[in-house]
Amino acid sequence: MPELTQPELTQPELAQPSADVYSGGFADPAVASAHAFRAAMDVMARPGTWRPLTGGQAPEGLSIAAASLLLTLCDPDTGVYLAPDVDSATLRGWLAFHTGAPVVAAGDADFALGGWAALMPLDQYRIGSSEYPDRSATLVVELPRIPAPNARLSGPGIKETAQAWVPDLALMQRNAMLYPLGVDFFFTCGSEVAALPRSSQITAEG
Amino acid sequence: MTQEISPQARKGWMSLLATADEARLAALFDTLDAAPDHDWLRAPETGGVMVRGRTGATGAPFNLGEMTVTRCTLKIAGGTVGHGYVQGRSKRQAELAAKLDAMLQTDAAPEVQDKVLAPLRHEKSTARDARAAKAAATKVDFFTMVRGED
Repeated sequence: MPELTQPELTQPELAQPSADVYSGGFADPAVASAHAFRAAMDVMARPGTWRPLTGGQAPEGLSIAAASLLLTLCDPDTGVYLAPDVDSATLRGWLAFHTGAPVVAAGDADFALGGWAALMPLDQYRIGSSEYPDRSATLVVELPRIPAPNARLSGPGIKETAQAWVPDLALMQRNAMLYPLGVDFFFTCGSEVAALPRSSQITAEG
Repeated sequence: MTQEISPQARKGWMSLLATADEARLAALFDTLDAAPDHDWLRAPETGGVMVRGRTGATGAPFNLGEMTVTRCTLKIAGGTVGHGYVQGRSKRQAELAAKLDAMLQTDAAPEVQDKVLAPLRHEKSTARDARAAKAAATKVDFFTMVRGED
């Protein structure tokens, strides 16, 4: 005899959504998401380079690049973790309306969004398993401005070396050492995006 | 201006608009005095949804089957947001449904209730009654002949 359960009918935080929740999607979803996906692929393939990424507009101060990334990468099958500094009922509503992605705890997240300090500690995110290294989290790190490079990158997608900014050198080197496991990073600032995949070797500049 | 609306009332008109005939809905929409302009928040898109049911409305959920649904979201002048979810692949019907949903949240609600929802509701119940009457006419009463056991 299967257990009888009542469907959940209450969605308190979405009971009276503000109008912000519905605006800010891609104007032409097919074309705009293809452009955004291309930008995301490009920066992941060329660690350390910044590229423009536009199209989406999330409510309450989330950058255009981060909003466009979420619109492009998230769907009902990808759990999103919102760090305390960006988490709000409006953003949750916006994410639900435009992507259908569930908001989950950090340990279950496919994508995590927030400022660097709010996203820490790094070891709370999934790094994948030997059989499935793809079952790891991708962190979208919001930056107030594009900082000056403080590290040298080498590895796949970089001809010799590339200069880049990394937030916490020792921590990021440990993450790279986990390869093929580990987490990947997108950095977003305004309408610019850069990426740091786990495959990049990081050495301090100078 | 947006006023308080009960979820039940909104469920009722969403259901009516979702299942209405497109041509009929368009004809009724044209009888309204003013049709508001709108901005798209989500342009009409067609997709499939899995319809789930529960045996006897209380049993374990099961997948009944997929159906085609067209949806859109728009904002009419004045800032009211309306959602349209209709069965089938008619983008025009989804647009009309979303517009009517938005208007039903504004001062235009009484007019929309009278000119669009009331006829739709009446036609739907008439069709249901006609179907029920047709089915009732074919009803067969089974009874057992006395077999002389007692």
